[in-house]
This record gives sequence, C-alpha cells and structure tokens, in this order.
Amino acid sequence: MAINQTELRPMGKSIHRKEDPRFIRGQGKYLDDIVLPNMLYMSIVRSPYAHAKIKSINTEAAKQVPGVKLIITGEDLAKMNLAWMPTMNGDVQMVLATNKVLFQYQEVVAVVAETRGAAVDAAQLVEVEYEALPVIVDPFRALQPDAPVLRDDREKKSNHIWHWEAGDQESTEEIFKNAPVVVSQDVRFQRVHPSPLEPCGCIADYKKGTGRLTWYVTSQAPHAHRTILAMISGLPEHKIQVISPDVGGGFGNKVPVYPGYVCALVASIQLGIPVKWVETRTENIASTGFARDYHMTSEIAADENGKVLALRVKTIADHGAFDAAADPTKFPAGLFSIVTGSYDFKQAFVEVDGVYTNKAPGGVAYRCSFRVTEAAYLIERTMDILARKLGMDPAELRLLNFIRKDQFPYQSPTGWTYDSGDYEKTFRLALEKIGYHELRKEQAEKRARGELMGIGISTFTEIVGAGPSHSFDIMGIKMFDSAEIRVHPTGKVIARLGVRHQGQGHETTFAQIIGEELGLTADDVLIEEGDTDTAPYGLGTYASRSTPTAGGAAALCARRIRDKARKIAAHLLEVGDEDISWNGESFEVKGTPSRKVTMGEVALAAYTNVPEGMEPGLEATYYYDPPNLTFPHGAYIAVVDIDKGTGVVKVRRFLAVDDCGNVINPMIVEGQIHGGLTEGFAIAFMQDIPFDEDGNCLAPNWMDYLVPTSLDTPNWETDRTITPSPHHPIGAKGVGESPNVGSPAAFVNAVVDALEPFGVEHIDMPIFPWKVWEILRQNGVAE
Amino acid sequence: MIPNAFDYYSPTTVEETIGLLQKYGYEAKILAGGQSLLPMMKLRVAMPSVLVDINHIDDLHGWREENGYLRIGALTRHVDLENEQHLKESYPLLSKTAEWIADVPVRNRGTICGSLVHADPSSDWGAAMIALHADVEVIGPSGIRRVFIDDFFVDTFTASLEMDEIASAVLIPSPIGRVGARYMKLERKAGDFAIVGVALHVIKANDGTVLDSGIGLCACGDVPVRAKKAEEWLIGRPLDKETIKQASLLAQEDANPATDLRGSAEYKRDLVRVFVKRGLEEIADELR
Amino acid sequence: MQISVTVNGRVYESDVEPRTLLIYYIREHLRLTGAHVGCDTTSCGACTVLLNGKAVKSCTVLAVQANGQEIMTVEGLERDGELHPLQKAFWEEHGLQCGYCTPGMIMTACELLERNPFPTEEEVRKGISGNVCRCTGYVNIIKAIQSAGHMIAQQDKEPKNQSEVVPSGN
Repeated sequence: MAINQTELRPMGKSIHRKEDPRFIRGQGKYLDDIVLPNMLYMSIVRSPYAHAKIKSINTEAAKQVPGVKLIITGEDLAKMNLAWMPTMNGDVQMVLATNKVLFQYQEVVAVVAETRGAAVDAAQLVEVEYEALPVIVDPFRALQPDAPVLRDDREKKSNHIWHWEAGDQESTEEIFKNAPVVVSQDVRFQRVHPSPLEPCGCIADYKKGTGRLTWYVTSQAPHAHRTILAMISGLPEHKIQVISPDVGGGFGNKVPVYPGYVCALVASIQLGIPVKWVETRTENIASTGFARDYHMTSEIAADENGKVLALRVKTIADHGAFDAAADPTKFPAGLFSIVTGSYDFKQAFVEVDGVYTNKAPGGVAYRCSFRVTEAAYLIERTMDILARKLGMDPAELRLLNFIRKDQFPYQSPTGWTYDSGDYEKTFRLALEKIGYHELRKEQAEKRARGELMGIGISTFTEIVGAGPSHSFDIMGIKMFDSAEIRVHPTGKVIARLGVRHQGQGHETTFAQIIGEELGLTADDVLIEEGDTDTAPYGLGTYASRSTPTAGGAAALCARRIRDKARKIAAHLLEVGDEDISWNGESFEVKGTPSRKVTMGEVALAAYTNVPEGMEPGLEATYYYDPPNLTFPHGAYIAVVDIDKGTGVVKVRRFLAVDDCGNVINPMIVEGQIHGGLTEGFAIAFMQDIPFDEDGNCLAPNWMDYLVPTSLDTPNWETDRTITPSPHHPIGAKGVGESPNVGSPAAFVNAVVDALEPFGVEHIDMPIFPWKVWEILRQNGVAE
Repeated sequence: MIPNAFDYYSPTTVEETIGLLQKYGYEAKILAGGQSLLPMMKLRVAMPSVLVDINHIDDLHGWREENGYLRIGALTRHVDLENEQHLKESYPLLSKTAEWIADVPVRNRGTICGSLVHADPSSDWGAAMIALHADVEVIGPSGIRRVFIDDFFVDTFTASLEMDEIASAVLIPSPIGRVGARYMKLERKAGDFAIVGVALHVIKANDGTVLDSGIGLCACGDVPVRAKKAEEWLIGRPLDKETIKQASLLAQEDANPATDLRGSAEYKRDLVRVFVKRGLEEIADELR
Repeated sequence: MQISVTVNGRVYESDVEPRTLLIYYIREHLRLTGAHVGCDTTSCGACTVLLNGKAVKSCTVLAVQANGQEIMTVEGLERDGELHPLQKAFWEEHGLQCGYCTPGMIMTACELLERNPFPTEEEVRKGISGNVCRCTGYVNIIKAIQSAGHMIAQQDKEPKNQSEVVPSGN
C-alpha cells in the first residue's frame, strides 16, 4: 500500500509513521512486555496515612509466603545510605520511609517474590504500626508560623522551600501606583496528573559476572537517569546500561526517578537476578510526579484605553512532601516568568514560593515546558478579566496589546528574548475562520432569549526547547542534545539521538530531517533512541524540546556529513571542492548539472574510494547547544453552550491555529495538537486530584481521576501560520505541548463568557457541571 | 493488580451451585459477568476464598416471555438487552438503560442480575427495575422464591439473598398498553457511575391518561429508590405540562442523595426534577 | 488448573492458577504482548481482546473462564501477510501515537465493524468509549475506524479476499 516514505525531499510532507507497523501488529515492546529468565516481581507496601510516625514494621508473616525472595525496609536502605535520594529539583526524597511518612501512599516496604501474585500477597501481610501526626494539605496553612514543620530532616525549620522571582519589582510597583485601571484575580491551577496509559515501571538486571546493571525503564530521559543512578548507587556509569523501550506515553510523568526504581535496583544487585516493578494505576496517580497545584494571584495595570502597562503575579507552589519537580536547576518555578505572554508589558514582577504539604511529591511538567501551562492560563484568564472591566471585546483587547511583528526579537520584562512571532496574523486567521463576529451576533440573540452561549479566546505564547547551556542544566548537566549519524556503504543510514520519543513520531520526523539534508528518503534512515550504550548523550524528550534541540542536532550533524560527502563527490567527479554544488538530491558540478553523484554513490566511495589522505567512512556526531529557546504561539477559540438544567457545558466548536515555525510533518503536528487539546479539555473540565483534610487522596484511580473518553471529547478544528524560528537550523519551534498549554484558558474563558450576564468573573478548574449549576442557582436561573 | 488465591468451581446445575454455597458459606462468591466482582478482587476489596462460576449453567442463560412476564435469566448480559428489536418495542427501558452501562466490552460481559445482586445505590439497573416493578427470582436449598425489587435491595451493597441462595432471574411484567420510557443519566465521564440517574416507565391508557407508571432513582439514597409519590400522582392523569411539572417536584421528595465529589445533595435533587421533567416531556411527545 | 484455549486459531493447553487474569495468561503464558494493562479498574480497555467474537476487557476475565473458548488478539488479525483493514487504516489516518492503546482499540473496533460496518462518528464514539487513548484525542482513531469499514466493504466485493478481511472469532 502507498505509504509514501520513499520520496526524496521528505521535509514538510505528511509521511505515514515509520514506527506504526510494529504497533498496529501488537509488536511494540514496552517495559512490561519484557520478560527475562528467572525474573522476580516487586510490590510496594504504602502508607495509608498522610502523616504518621512509623512505630514498628513486622515482615515475619510476609516472609512466610511461598516464593518471597527479599523484603526491603527503609532501615535496610539506610545501612546502604540509600534511604534518601536526590530529586531533580535539588531536594531529597525518601526512598523507603524510616521513621515517618509524609504522604498517603508513600513507599514503606518493598517485597520481591517469584510471581506477581506472591509479591502482592506478601506485601499485604507486612504489618506496619503507625502513629498519626497532624496533617497539612493546604499550602497556606503550611506557611503559618504555628504550622507543624513537616520536613524535620532539613536545616530550615519551616515548610517554605524556596522563594523565586523575576522582573523588576520597583518599577512594577511604581506603575501600579499610578495606573488608571487595575484588575486582580486569584486563580488556582489544580493538582493534576499526566497519567500516561502505560504506568511507570522498570526491570533492574544486575549481573554479578560482569558487574553490569542493565536497567530497562519507561523513561523520557534515559541518559539523565543513568547519570542520576550512578550518583545514587555509586555504580560506575559505564557499568550501567539504561534501555528505555517503547514508551506508552509520558507527558512528563516519566522524567523523574522514583523510589520503586531504586528498590528494584537494590533488590537485583543483592540477589543477582532481574527484578521487575510495574506500578498499579493507583500507585501512578497517588505517588508519582503530579503537575501544577499553583495558587496564583494575578494583577494587571492598564490605561483607560486598555493598553496594558504592568503585570504582577504572586504564586504559592504546592510541591507536596518533597520538591520532586523536574525543572532545570536554575529555575525552581520552571519558565513561569513567560507569564507576560503575547502582550507588550512595560514591566512585570513575578514571585513564586515553594511549599511542603502532606501530599504526593512532584511538580512535573505535564505536557508542558516547565510551568508554562500555569503561566499561559493565568495571563489569558487575566486578560479576559481586564477586557470585562473595561467593557471591551476580549479580541479587541488582545489586538491592542500584542507584541508587534516588528518588535522581534522581543525582550520581555522578565528577561526572555522571544525569537519570532506574528500574533496578529495568527489571531486574525482564527477570528475569520471561526466567524467570530457572527458568533458574537448569535450570542447576543441567544442572550436575549435567555440561552447561555460563550466564546473563549486564548492567544498564548509558549517557551520551549530547554535549553541553551548558559542558563539550562539539570543537576549540573547542560541541556544540549545530540545526534550521531552513520551512513553505510549502500547509502542507508542509522541515526541515534539523545532524546526518547513516547508517541511523538521521532522515528519518522527525524528521518525526514536527515533524509532532507542528505538527499535520501525517510525510509533510508533508521532512527534509534533510548539505549544509553549506543545513543549519544542527551537530556531526553519533554518540554517540547526534541525538535528544538535534537532536531537541530540532527540537521547540523547531517550537514557535517554532507561537508565530507562534498569532498568525496568532488573526488568522484574529478573537480575541486569549490566546483561542487548541492541541489537537494545530489552533488553536481557547477554549471554542468548533468554531471552529478548521489549520496548513495558518495557513501559507497566513502568505504571504497576516498581521496588520498582522507579518513574513510561517513559518519558524524553533533552536540547542539541551542543559542536561544523557541517561542511557538497560537490563537485558540472555543464556543460553548450551557445546559441551564444540569450545568453541563458542551463544547460546540474549538479552533486551534498554531504557529510552531517550520513544520516537518503536518500529519504528525496535527495529531500532536489533537492530543494536546484533549488533555487541555480534560484539565479544564475533568481532571483533578483532591484531598480530604486527613490527606487522603480522593482520586487515586481512573474511576475518580477522570480521563476523557471518545464520548467526552469534542471535535477539533485546526489551522496554522508559519513564522520560522530565525535561530533554529531548520526554523522549527516545537509543538507537542502548545495545545495543552494554550487551551485551558480558552475553555474557561468561554464558560465565564457564557455566564457574563450574571457578573461571573472567574471559575476555577475543573469546571464540573455542579459548579455551573451553583452559579445559575445563585442567580435564580433554573429550567 | 492480582486477586487473592481462591478455589474455582464451575458447576453446570443450579443444585450443584447451591450445594457449593451451602458448603462454603460466606467464603464463596458467585461469578457471573464478573465486571464488578473481579475489579473488587483485583483491588483486594473483595477476597473470597471460593469462586463459583455459574456461566456453565444452561438454565440461567437468555431471556423469554412467559406467563405475562419477561424472564431475564441470571446470565443475560447487558448487551443482550441493548440491541434486541423486540425488546426495544415492548420493553424500551431495557435498551435505553443498557446503553448507559459502562462501555461496550463491559456490557458484553456484565449481567443484569449480577448488577442487581451487587446492590449498588448507583445501579442503573436498580433504578430501571424499580421503574419496571420487577421481581427477582431467588433459588435456595428450599426452592424458589420471588422478591419484589423494592424488597430485594436491603441496604448499600446488600441484597435480600441468604448465603446459600442465588438470584436466578429478574421478572418484568409484560406491559399492556402504549409504553414510553427514558433513562436519564448524568455522568462525570462516559461510563461512570451516575451523578444521578432517573428511570421512567409510563404505560398510557387509550383515553390518553397514564395507566401505570414507574420511576426509579439511581444514586439518590442508600439503595436504588422508588419515586412513589410521583408515580402515584401520574396515574389517571394526562401527561400534560402541569402534571409533569408536579411529578418532577414530587419525585424530588423521595430522593435523598448525598453530597460527594459528584456534587451537592441540592444539585442532585434538582437534577432529579430536571430529568423527570425532561424524560416525561419526551415520553409525552412520543406517545402523543 | 488445566485449561484449553483457542487463541488466534491455535489451541493452547496450559496449567494456570485460577486467579490468573486472562490478560496475564495471554501476555505471560502465551507471550502475546499486544494487549496491555493500563489500569486496575476496568476503565482503560488497553487489554481488550475478542472472546468468542465479543470485545472483552481481558483484565476482568479469568483465564479459567476462557477454557474451551476462542480468543482473538491483535496478533491474529493479519491474514496471509496482509494487514487487516483496521491495521492499515490506523496507520494511514495517524490513529496512534504511543501505540499502547492501539491493540485494544483495534479489537474493540473490530467487533464494532462486525456489528455496524458503516458507523457514524457518533456511533464510533459510543463504540470505543471503553478504550482510553491519552495521545490522539480520538479524532483520527474515529476516522480510521470509519475508513476501515469502507475498506472491508470494498474487499468484500472481491470474493477471493473475503477470508482475509473478516476477522474470525466465532
């Protein structure tokens, strides 16, 4: 069948994915598909309390279960100095609790047995005696002076973790003092969880004979995981091979290292047998990296005409029991200071304070470039509130305040240099395509009849592709990324990259980039990622960084190959190097295009007939340190209707116009946008992890943590503009997260717009039907 | 997750099944569709030491009409009632309820009787069977007894079954007259248990008045609830706007929902009103 | 306990613990790892296979219950080296990203198309609501299923191919 991977010049084409043939046959190889000889299974005993002293642990009954091989407690790990491990955000985290637990579902004991069943049976028989301690679930309570200090392991006797700020406080305050118009709003971005379909898990396989540990793990960042593991375990890094097999979705959940991983590793090293640990869904939601949980206060100062002047933001960041976020080290609040968004603010001041509570640890970037989702949601929400206050159409307010095309590269008041953008063009396309003015007319007519219809806009700017080594590192390791390309004698290529895809389609898109650069087809290029023994070092796939970083590396690495190939071509065509030109498909003699050689011919010569003095072979490696981040943007418009009887919001239409720079594969980009919009929809209307006052997690499974099905999800309309990144080797910017970053505000703005006749200014997500019904009831509206 | 270890029996007769239940008592659990029991066992909320799989008992399969009743055997699965044309015409509430249960693979497996025995207050079938004035047929060592659906639900997750009895069928009176039905349900996500569910079943007399009515409420109390006042109000009255409005208000009086993550009690009670109103309006239109 | 199960047309005789879930029997005893485990609450459908032609969540069926029955998994869809139309359509319409839900999704779709060869968008949405996909947003999955319906109809017009395109399971 016609799966067009065999065309030259593959860039920009909707080539069908090269990875799909194995997945549609059920031949993907995910972590739990791997079964090693004699492999054991691990199960973890977890705390039922959110905060408690551990008085005793009795493992006698558990040990009697047939097939049990090893039981590990926190005391055991403490003897190895492994009871605690570092987090990526510079904190430490308990692997197995020793004297107390700090959140419900915290890891307490690990049980290793011959079968899954025996491991669970034995775990159930472990007796742990707890003494309950006072629980703090509210971060504002945690900051009160009389609040119990949760982390007595720290020198600082307070639940406050860190303070971080950006922008200029003094100038911002000055503007606010004299501003004709000021709006202010408290906005909560609720705790959510990425919850990929495949939960986290690993197999630790330590072989005493070789002293080598092979660690299979569902990882978005295998190289970083190897380095961290070497640091935690003391095993030499070259004795650790991390293999991240096919990954069943990550969305930021598979960036950190989790306690279960360390336990499996310890068990395998002790026993010399492979040990598998795969989380249950409950373990996934209730103990591994959650996202958001930001309590934000946003203020805009503006003039009477609606021109924005300054932005002031204060945020309390709830990190749970340990700051286990996975942010670049210098950015404890990630890239949250992008919060000025697409608008030309003169000044801004942004503060974030990290706080401990008795909740699961984390703060990962869920389909998000490190707190960009929180930032985009906040500014887009607040712009609507300003429009309301001024009596302006929210579209007009945005058009008035956009950073203009001629202002790029644009210096933001919080210190970012936006690379490129054309916000007005993108937005006008969206307005026209959805029929904005007609929709407003329809809305006016419906309002006159008492019907509730809303239109919500979000014109967001993202910041992705972390990042340039001058600012970006994780635990000291710079956030460049890499590619290694080997062209074999018949002109077929194996390329390896330091990133690790989880559905983004790298095996296709990176083959397109390299094929384009080398005059080959996508089919000629095999992409490999995820094995630290073979792939060059890189920081992994998250924060929409693969195309901005490894994509750049792939293009520049291919160009390095092409430079050498040109010399071989000159040799084959018997002319000087300077007489050779590249036409996109072959090398030709300048002025005599009929005299040419293809990359295939050059490749053969690289192994059979190189010019004298030239090193044989045709391969290259490139570590790409991007000069700047990239700044994708988009204009999203949601249209909703509200059922007055039930409070149900129906998303009638949703249009996403994205600008992610040059597009490698339009089909894949559109797929990424569909997926991200669906997660944005889920966050706006469904996904939430609430806790009761005792710290019990109230949504620890997929019955109560509401992930959308096909019946819940609306249809998506998409379009695009293209504003290439001026600094990226192929002008691309990254796209996987834009729709998740940009869409929540559009949904919420639409619902608030529908409820405008009742003076509603804000509703916190998720917008459950009962919340809408409450508002309607308070306003005397009923069916 | 892995269930606890248990002994497994797959008897081929009801007698054999009763014998096993007598032998093992509360240690044993009946496995029919397994769509509630097995998830509970995987989470180890339920840990029976004996499972009695009744899927091989031929007598319990299928549905048939006899003696003025539709007899739905214990192994009739949700899907069996969802797409059957004859049932859609005579017993429209069955397919209208079935399509709201979980999702296709679960409906392919789960059984109506199993759902009733589970006695979840959020049982869609509980509400529907209340609206249909059904009986549950129960077999035990001393023979067969019939339990009116209202009496079958004793308490949350407790049905009127002794430890050595099984529910062998549910019996629905065959309607005489023009039938209209709706199952109205609001979920947090597709396939979820109801925020509130309302089963409405109306039989119209030739003079246009209501001959018989049934209204069952799901997630409105400790067990599935009958909106008795509203049912009685409707009988003998035409299905006009005023009658419907009054019925929707009366239905609320029998609803006693709890405040939880799905919404406040007030919200849920108001949904009962809205759903009774909307459902009856649709039925009135249909039977006009 | 001794069981005999026909999986993708082949008979397997196995000794299993009664508590073995069908999904683990298929994945770990038979080493057919297409179907996956994604949740513990019968919510996600990643484990969906056909049991006597009906889509079931194999994490919520015991292996012993499959004794004497016929199972079809995604691995059994190809015929004579030809992809099943659903497999082709998922590929062509970009109906998958990470691929973890795909085998279960395809099997649910397989039963849906048997029942309803030309489903509307709404009917597909209802039909697959028990299969969660976290990546695609479903739009392309729906397109793929509808497209496969047409491919099957097209192939049915050519009698020689009929056996290749009708998934067995009955």
